[in-house]
Amino acid sequence: MKKIALALAAVAGLAATGAQAQDYPNRPITMIVPFAAGGPTDVVARIVTDHMSRTLGQQIVIENVAGAGGTTGITRGAQAQPDGYTIMMGHMGTHGAAPALYPNLKYDPTKDFAPIGLAAGTPILIVAKKDFPAKDLKEFVAYMKSNASKVNQAHAGVGSVSHSTGILFDSIISAKPTLVAYRGTGPALNDLMSGTVDFMTDQIVNVAPQIQGGNIKAYAIATPERSPALPDVPTTKEAGLGDYQVSAWNAVFAPKGTPPDIVKKLNDALVKSLDDENTKKRLLELGGVLPSAAERTPEGLQKLVESEVARWTPVLKAAGASAE
Amino acid sequence: MGDFVSNLSLGFSVALTLQNVGLAFLGCLVGTLIGVLPGVGPIATIAMLLPITFGLDPTGALIMLAGIYYGAQYGGSTTAILVNIPGEATSVVTALDGHQMARQGRAGVALGMAAIGSFFAGTVATLVIAALGVPLTGLALIFGPTEYFSLMVMGLVFAVVLARGSILKAIAMILVGVLLSTVGLDLETGEERMTFGLPILADGIDFAVLAMGIFGIAEIMRNLDHTETRDVVRQAIGRLLPNRQDFKQSYRPVLRGTLIGAVLGILPGNGAVLGPFAAYTLEKKLAKDPSRFGRGAIEGVAGPESANNAGAQTSFIPLLTLGIPPNAVMALMVGAMTIHGIIPGPQVMTKNPTLFWGMIASMWVGNLMLLIINLPLVGMWVRLLKVPYRLLFPAILMFCCIGIYSINSLPANVMFIAFFGLVGYMLIKFGFEPAPMLLGFVLGKLMEENLRRALIISRGDMTTFLTHPISAGLLVVAAVVLVIALLPSIRKGRDEVFTE
Repeated sequence: MKKIALALAAVAGLAATGAQAQDYPNRPITMIVPFAAGGPTDVVARIVTDHMSRTLGQQIVIENVAGAGGTTGITRGAQAQPDGYTIMMGHMGTHGAAPALYPNLKYDPTKDFAPIGLAAGTPILIVAKKDFPAKDLKEFVAYMKSNASKVNQAHAGVGSVSHSTGILFDSIISAKPTLVAYRGTGPALNDLMSGTVDFMTDQIVNVAPQIQGGNIKAYAIATPERSPALPDVPTTKEAGLGDYQVSAWNAVFAPKGTPPDIVKKLNDALVKSLDDENTKKRLLELGGVLPSAAERTPEGLQKLVESEVARWTPVLKAAGASAE
Repeated sequence: MGDFVSNLSLGFSVALTLQNVGLAFLGCLVGTLIGVLPGVGPIATIAMLLPITFGLDPTGALIMLAGIYYGAQYGGSTTAILVNIPGEATSVVTALDGHQMARQGRAGVALGMAAIGSFFAGTVATLVIAALGVPLTGLALIFGPTEYFSLMVMGLVFAVVLARGSILKAIAMILVGVLLSTVGLDLETGEERMTFGLPILADGIDFAVLAMGIFGIAEIMRNLDHTETRDVVRQAIGRLLPNRQDFKQSYRPVLRGTLIGAVLGILPGNGAVLGPFAAYTLEKKLAKDPSRFGRGAIEGVAGPESANNAGAQTSFIPLLTLGIPPNAVMALMVGAMTIHGIIPGPQVMTKNPTLFWGMIASMWVGNLMLLIINLPLVGMWVRLLKVPYRLLFPAILMFCCIGIYSINSLPANVMFIAFFGLVGYMLIKFGFEPAPMLLGFVLGKLMEENLRRALIISRGDMTTFLTHPISAGLLVVAAVVLVIALLPSIRKGRDEVFTE
């Protein structure tokens, strides 16, 4: 028994030396994606890590650990060995809205991670069924203020991006429409197209094809600039609701305690990947927004996480939203 | 009509290039092999194999992924027939009669009929997609929460009819299934229900976990209970391919199954799940001797398998024409398309006609491949049953554990299949059927969510289910079927009382 323990200690020792930065990485890296394969976060992760693997000289293997709005996977990532061989793709929900939605959350987004950098932002759009009476955002907001009780707002489940961003929208315009929950964006969009529900807020990658196809209409995009994918859709600022600025961002995190030089290596690889023409092209095709130089740094990401937690907590608490 | 021909010929010119035929073949082969592993259904298979398509052009990649999908679907049926483990909701009914056939030494016939029925259904579904894909899109949009709830009610009535033996026990099992489906976060409020504070239950119980435990693990325990029944399967392997008599019995079920599956496959929210159940119920009702069902009736394999494959394929319609995935597998296909730089939506058809029609044509190529791959493999699969059970069952157990772990990388799921295995074993011992419970589980969730959605939208007005014409129609059908199903059993019950 003692021998086994010694052997284990020796192996652990080896692993520890293996974690030193000079020869990092010398084996494949696992990236936990806290959502099912094929979702928007998974797609961003796969596009970004493709080029990162080449820079690092080791494959980054995606492991999808879905559940509880992404918090299951992130909890596992936060508790992993901080040796740079387990990293994760967090997002607006897991590192912004989660503390308000999950009172028993096992991690603190602002304290339990070594941020690597922002990977991509996905703009949020306000979309409505195609025959909704209001013709622009101003009319829509005015309609909502007087008729909110008649309006049905769809979202993809408590804790989803469309749920958090939708509640934020309602709180900014101080209206209380009836919320209708769906399991995922697909069914919600289906009912928006058929006119069963009236409007929702969601990520550009999900709604852009339906806007282009004329099946639903878009009132505004909640980014500072218009999206090249939808040049006709005004920004919320142009449309008169500048307070509504929101993006479903995805960012790379490592567990707290990851050595600084490993964080730097990972950050370098991420920045190189985001500068790669092919990565850029693929992210832009999705309607994604590439982060600025400052947002790509660990410090920039830490700041973003802190401001996001501070922003979502009161909004979601006031709406009485909880996932427990 | 001219359009139809020119579109299809464009499609076949893409699908029949050497590279794409090769990819379709490879996809089907790999999908079949992995799909055969218990518990590894199409979702897990595609998720696992997604990265290997990265180096390909989008059309080739999607052709291969579609191949993996059909292959895994078919592979799942193989496991259902051979070892009684349905990997997907759609192969639950295949296990009912398919596994009984295997126990009677007719595993080859069951597998062969499943392959042939699937091929026929796939061929028809391909033509349906090519000819009617665009107009049929409207069907997906007519079905809102109200219609969907009524459809699910009809589905549950089917479940009652589906049951073998005591109707009371069947209803009890359906209700248990519905109850199990409510475990987890409440969709509307986000409250936890029946989770006992366990974080692992917060997302509810996974279908694959429940099915694998209740069917697969319980089956292993039952076999260890009395090994001699297993030896019967080993002694008589029997014919590998269906004979004329089998075809005579099966061609009508195949036709009906194809029709039912194709229609239900188009519906949003996993309507395809109902296909095999509906086909099975219909065959049982139409049969001269319904008591054969559940004891190895070939119609019980042919009908549902055709419905399954037809539905699997027509569920591509909402994805291809609207860009809206009707179920989890299609959601994964959306992800695969976006990774390859194709944003699914109504514009794909006009912007990427070669991809659109190429993919449709490749569906038929893929189905042909499956037939070519699987008919020779039938012999091999059946020989698997010859492996002594003391060697086979640890292997099945191990693959179950690997398969279930691979879905979400959660160790707790492995414990859960053991737990549900015990539950399943107890149910068998007490003479309860697990199939209605699984159906209750699948439909229960959809039913509850759509009921609440419909009532929220109607602001609590119950008549919404009767004022929507399609919904009202479905409820009437459900009521009629229920009355037809209950009358004879009530009468029989009386007869029994009187003869005593």
